[in-house]
Amino acid sequence: MRRINFVIGLMVAAAGLIANPAFAETPVEVLATIKAEASGTPGFMGFSADRGEKFFKTKQKHNLSCSSCHTDNPTAQGKHSETDKIIKPLAPAANEERFTDLKKVAKWFKRNCNDVLDRECTPQEKGDVLSYLLTVKK
Amino acid sequence: MFKIKNTTLRFVVVMLAMCATMSAVTVSDAWADGDHEGQKRTVSNAKWKDECGACHFAFPPRFLPAESWRAIMSGLDKHFGSNATMDEATAKEITGFLEKNASTKKQEVQAKPLLRITETRWFKSEHRKVAERDWKNPKVKSPANCGACHTQADSGDFDEDNVKIPK
Repeated sequence: MRRINFVIGLMVAAAGLIANPAFAETPVEVLATIKAEASGTPGFMGFSADRGEKFFKTKQKHNLSCSSCHTDNPTAQGKHSETDKIIKPLAPAANEERFTDLKKVAKWFKRNCNDVLDRECTPQEKGDVLSYLLTVKK
Repeated sequence: MFKIKNTTLRFVVVMLAMCATMSAVTVSDAWADGDHEGQKRTVSNAKWKDECGACHFAFPPRFLPAESWRAIMSGLDKHFGSNATMDEATAKEITGFLEKNASTKKQEVQAKPLLRITETRWFKSEHRKVAERDWKNPKVKSPANCGACHTQADSGDFDEDNVKIPK
């Protein structure tokens, strides 16, 4: 009986692995989640890729911007501004893994916005940036 | 038929034994040939590689004693100028991995745990011949950038034979 249970367990696990898509979310779904968050803020008028691009490339506190590490071209490979660690391209057009995991997206926005702005980014800023990144073609 | 098989088997065993002896000799030769403390010793953990290796080279656990790793992991909100906090389960797993594979060299145990690998005695000693201009080379940039000179660092190999200082 135990063995049967084990075999069934293995089969369920295998089926689960097959059924799971490669990525948890798509970048468009991630953007929709950020939009739902932003809609709750007063005066929200939608996202702007142009505003996102400006935000991405403008130096903020500590003389840093998103592009300090991700470069001005989000389809290119980046480099950590302190350690030179290679950073894979950020634009989904160049790296299909990007913005496919909400947890990861939340973690990195939080961490990087704190480094660049000394605060977390607003849903507006996050949505603008992702809108911009989605317009970038390889 | 059985006899042939048996002979074949015996041949294979002898060949294997010879190979083993030869590689053992090669390894001991290499060790006799100077300082090879950094020879490849691979321990890995997916979360460690992912979390620690996202912003900087994922430093091998053996580079610091367990006390240091514990101090680093409990101070991630102020991690060398960055807030590198992660979810509790991930932090717990990584701390366990670091502790388990940490350095056990007595000399590294200090009153206050060292947080920087570059301040350990072994690091200073191993790098004592590296010239100041090499550290300052923009291709090296930071002593945290192991891979700039240790060409096989990504696979855990710090053997001095694989060091190539960029010019």
